[in-house]
Amino acid sequence: MTDSIDLDVSAHQHAVHLRAGDYTSRQLAEVTLARIHDQQSGLNTYITVTDELALAQADAADQRISSGNAVPLTGIPIAIKDLLSTKGISTTAGSKMLYGYQPLYDCTVVDRLQQAGAVIVGKTNLDEFAMGSSNEHSAYGPVKNPWDLERVPGGSSGGSAVAVAGRGVPLSLGTDTGGSIRQPAALCGIVGLKPTYGRVSRYGVVAFASSLEQVGPFGRDATDVANLLAIIAGDDPHDSTTTPEPVPDYTAGFDQGLAGLRIGVPSQFFEDGVDDGVRSAIEEAIAVFEREGAIIDRSVELPTAPASLPVYYIIAPSEASANLARYDGVKYGFSVTDGESVESEMSLTRAEGFGPEVKRRILLGTYALSAGYYDAYYLKAQKVRTLIRREFAAALTDHDLLLTPTTPSVAFRIGEKIDDPYAMYLNDLYTLPVNIAGNPGVSIPCGFDQGLPVGLQLIGRPFDEATLLRATHGYQALTDWHQQAPSLSS
Amino acid sequence: MDLSTDDVRDIALLARIAISDGEVERMRDQLSSILDHFEVLSEIDTDDVPPTAQSFNLTNVERPDVAGDTIDREGALDGAPRSQNGYFRVRAVLD
Repeated sequence: MTDSIDLDVSAHQHAVHLRAGDYTSRQLAEVTLARIHDQQSGLNTYITVTDELALAQADAADQRISSGNAVPLTGIPIAIKDLLSTKGISTTAGSKMLYGYQPLYDCTVVDRLQQAGAVIVGKTNLDEFAMGSSNEHSAYGPVKNPWDLERVPGGSSGGSAVAVAGRGVPLSLGTDTGGSIRQPAALCGIVGLKPTYGRVSRYGVVAFASSLEQVGPFGRDATDVANLLAIIAGDDPHDSTTTPEPVPDYTAGFDQGLAGLRIGVPSQFFEDGVDDGVRSAIEEAIAVFEREGAIIDRSVELPTAPASLPVYYIIAPSEASANLARYDGVKYGFSVTDGESVESEMSLTRAEGFGPEVKRRILLGTYALSAGYYDAYYLKAQKVRTLIRREFAAALTDHDLLLTPTTPSVAFRIGEKIDDPYAMYLNDLYTLPVNIAGNPGVSIPCGFDQGLPVGLQLIGRPFDEATLLRATHGYQALTDWHQQAPSLSS
Repeated sequence: MDLSTDDVRDIALLARIAISDGEVERMRDQLSSILDHFEVLSEIDTDDVPPTAQSFNLTNVERPDVAGDTIDREGALDGAPRSQNGYFRVRAVLD
């Protein structure tokens, strides 16, 4: 029977099969875990595979399905970025610093998944503490792109993107601080959505840059991403930055198509750095929107958006330098215990426990916040941030969405940018502004360049993820880019 | 913006990260080059622009002052590299 389970289907299709009794959640979990173990040596997608937990959750889901209490995610396998705290299950943040660390509580989003009866199959690999755009900055080795094993999957949520792109699971969770969901979604050919800042709880998420980051879903189609977002979104008393805005039915507008959508295409996101192949894939996508009755406006301007890169690389490392001060080798995690003093043990713990990119950012942030430089760097960046927010608000007054490439180029080779931090940072040029402003954004597969996936980014108004998902659904109804799978998973 | 090796050592001390001589040189070069890219910000006029600390300006979020679940002492010490008599243990901070 398990031979007949097709893993190359969406979560909502699995849900239909589970309810019809075509197969059980237990059987689906077994097939999924076999696929995961089979792919692990080639892709290095997971840091921890939670076989036992998954099978227990699958059995519970089967009972719930047979008693008629299932919700859309009940019994569905899902992978979780290893930045999200899971009670009693190793949570490493991709760092040597947290090797062996087992949280004492579940983060809110995992708690909500458990309540929905989802089946958690494992903790996915990532750039250390979510700092990186290629997944090469993981203490647990790089993740490989399933479309070309010599290329990066993007980052920092590379493992979560590959978990879905490699057809192991239909859904996963990542986090996005500067593009860490949308960029790997683009490079791996799947859908990835960063919710509006404050839409999803950050409680129990290992902190990197608290004013920028959000947890969000990866999936292959708009319906799956909408269903997962509906579970994780909403007010949380444990995170005072979540808002009480009601969580709508994100699929409610799916029958409206693309007609009438007013879409701005800002010139600042189409400058010299965009590869020709990416540009032509985006132009073809724009033509699809236009043909279906969307109103495309190329006169929209976001003149300060290019400054998002320096703004981000001041704000994010500054917040990181404060957030990562907690890793002192005293309370949990990696520790050097043979030093001569409290200070030397702490400094050696941090020297050995953190990788080079994390150290670079802590030092950068420490410098930007230090006496004499605060006004020139941190305060200045926070002021420019205001200008960027205002420009997005103005651009989205007369437009429902903005449309841009997600990345200037397709997946690059492993090792290509590792020695040039700034070249690596440039990969997030088009995703960073969205975190600076706080708006929601989604990346949708829209074609190929050199045989590698290209991502289209849509940016929406604050708390209007519904329009992003309506447009995603409308576009996917007319195209089949999201149904193309890398050959290794066939 | 050119940092000196002394600058890098000062920052590393503030950040409590032990740093080798080779690392000091590499970080000086890399951080200096990153700081160069920050110069463009000085060309942007931000007179009379307030800073943004958080995107959507939530203020004064409150909740009733009621005790909830807490972590017990044993659990809190579970992951500690060193503990003694129910406390985290570190080296002496006073001579």
